[in-house]
Amino acid sequence: MKVLVIAEHDNGQLKAETSKVVNAAVKVASSIEVLVAGHNVSEAAVSASEIDGVAKVHVVDSAAFEHQLAENTADLVVEISGGYSHIFASASTTGKNILPRVAALLDTSQISEIIDVIDSDTFKRPIYAGNAIATVKSLDALKVLTVRASAFDSQAQQSPCEVETLSFDVTNTLSEFVSIEQTESERPELNAAPVVISGGRGMQNGENFALLNGIADKLGAAIGASRAAVDAGFVPNDMQVGQTGKIVAPDLYIAVGISGAIQHLAGMKDSKVIVAINKDPDAPIFQVADYGLVGDLFDMLPELESAL
Amino acid sequence: MKVLVPIKRVIDYNVKARVKPDNTDVDLTNVKMAMNPFCEIAIEEAIRLKEAGNASEVIAVSIGDKACQEQLRTALALGADKAIHIQTDAKLESLHIAKLLAKLVEQQQPELVILGKQSIDSDNNQTGQMLAALTKRSQGTFASKVVVESGKVQVTREVDGGLQTVSLSLPAVVTTDLRLNEPRYASLPNIMKAKRKPLETIEASTLDVDLTPRVELIKVEEPSKRESGVIVESVSELVTKLKTEAKVIS
Ligand SMILES: Cc1cc2nc3c(=O)[nH]c(=O)nc-3n(C[C@H](O)[C@H](O)[C@H](O)COP(=O)(O)OP(=O)(O)OC[C@H]3O[C@@H](n4cnc5c(N)ncnc54)[C@H](O)[C@@H]3O)c2cc1C
Ligand SMILES: Nc1ncnc2c1ncn2[C@@H]1O[C@H](COP(=O)(O)O)[C@@H](O)[C@H]1O
Repeated sequence: MKVLVIAEHDNGQLKAETSKVVNAAVKVASSIEVLVAGHNVSEAAVSASEIDGVAKVHVVDSAAFEHQLAENTADLVVEISGGYSHIFASASTTGKNILPRVAALLDTSQISEIIDVIDSDTFKRPIYAGNAIATVKSLDALKVLTVRASAFDSQAQQSPCEVETLSFDVTNTLSEFVSIEQTESERPELNAAPVVISGGRGMQNGENFALLNGIADKLGAAIGASRAAVDAGFVPNDMQVGQTGKIVAPDLYIAVGISGAIQHLAGMKDSKVIVAINKDPDAPIFQVADYGLVGDLFDMLPELESAL
Repeated sequence: MKVLVPIKRVIDYNVKARVKPDNTDVDLTNVKMAMNPFCEIAIEEAIRLKEAGNASEVIAVSIGDKACQEQLRTALALGADKAIHIQTDAKLESLHIAKLLAKLVEQQQPELVILGKQSIDSDNNQTGQMLAALTKRSQGTFASKVVVESGKVQVTREVDGGLQTVSLSLPAVVTTDLRLNEPRYASLPNIMKAKRKPLETIEASTLDVDLTPRVELIKVEEPSKRESGVIVESVSELVTKLKTEAKVIS
């Protein structure tokens, strides 16, 4: 058995999720290879070769893959898929975009967002916004699946393995990249931060999110949000935590002015320690919180910042 | 331009799913069902395209047992022109759904198919991408903006780092994210009118698609429960507990 892991990267650097996907892959097979497809990805390829357990890295470096558009990236993965028993990708927006296309082209049912590996064909995954955990067994010869990175640890480092450059120029005649509006932030990424502090509708407006900054600075935290806060335009969409946003599992999650809807809980209830600050003592968020603080966030946040 | 909108009947998003005591599945008896929220957004977008003069016809399609005709009627009340029910009692995977939809796409030749990005029951997030692959079409997933212009469709996508815009050549497949639009409610007169709109039923077995399961459901369990927490009286008590008890800050 041999697993192909599709690397998560931004061309310049390998994303931390890749190591976690490899961690899931080593639970399945002893032979693991990584595909780094993008443009000017040599540094990312080296990082991939240093993940413990990786036997070989395939690099496809071409302007045609700069934006990892689904159409030609899926064709590339299909092209090199021969000989693998499993294809893994992170359940990021990139993985979710590309992998089902790969699965359909290879006539395989995909298993999405696994959180545990039972054996080489049996996996656990959350369904119904995490209110149930299904154990599913793939009957396909080739297994294609996405991995919820927050449910796996990072792999240790190794001395670099072989890196092989493939040339494969599939131009994309179906779609074209137009632009990217990247959210710039000095803070750690949501899915990599040890501490996450999120604001909800209770924050009232975008300016008030500044109240979270000082606390986030002191704790080295990433800042997240509920859907209500994103929909209301307080903060950008990529800050949404939940069933349909980002799934996080930091050591500490602080929910501020968030009621705790099923869909929000789905994205954070596997955090190690949960703190909730809410003025409504009956808010459902308190049912998952280890520590609840009932009160007005506009009083509590400045107090918390100075107490840290 | 013809627009096809696949919709799914699922548990109402306000209802918390319960696991059956024998761990075989989730218990859906007497549970409130509704249109998958992302499919409501898909229907709304299709209707807006029609209202703006970009689409000529909106066809809603649902695959499942007879009960999903209820959601098709809702789609008609919201403004779809006609509905197609692909009848099957089988429990299908996204790959099967995509294959059945691909057959329908072949028959109907819609220039645009708009699906939800994800079913809130299976949380699969696969069908649109698979349909695009099977029909060799371009795909614009997780859309927060869709603009149709001169033979192309521009889709702004919600991605992990922000917003990415791509230009797709038509025919195309688009999947909706939450912020694409805010779906309307069906008015009473439109609900009445919907009863007279065409709803055609096709037996899934006549579409020549292999529906053999590829994934076996072994068991379904409750997620592990969190230990119940405590209410702290003050910020300083919270900070002390985080330092000395939880040891998550120093
Ligand atoms: C298909 C679908 C997918 C969804 N996906 C997601 C998702 O991924 N993530 C997500 O978060 N939601 C998601 N939602 C939305 C979800 O159902 C809730 O609507 C949303 O989480 C509510 O956000 P909120 O808690 O910020 O707002 P509210 O529910 O309005 O809660 C605001 C809270 O703030 C408190 N508050 C107000 N003022 C103060 C104050 N001064 N001090 C202290 N507390 C205060 C209130 O007591 C209240 O509890 C989804 C919904 C659907 C239908
Ligand atoms: N049974 C079905 N009938 C019609 N459309 C479906 C069905 N299942 C899934 N879809 C469509 O595919 C989208 C994504 O579903 P999924 O891949 O299951 O998460 C849904 O939002 C629907 O638009």
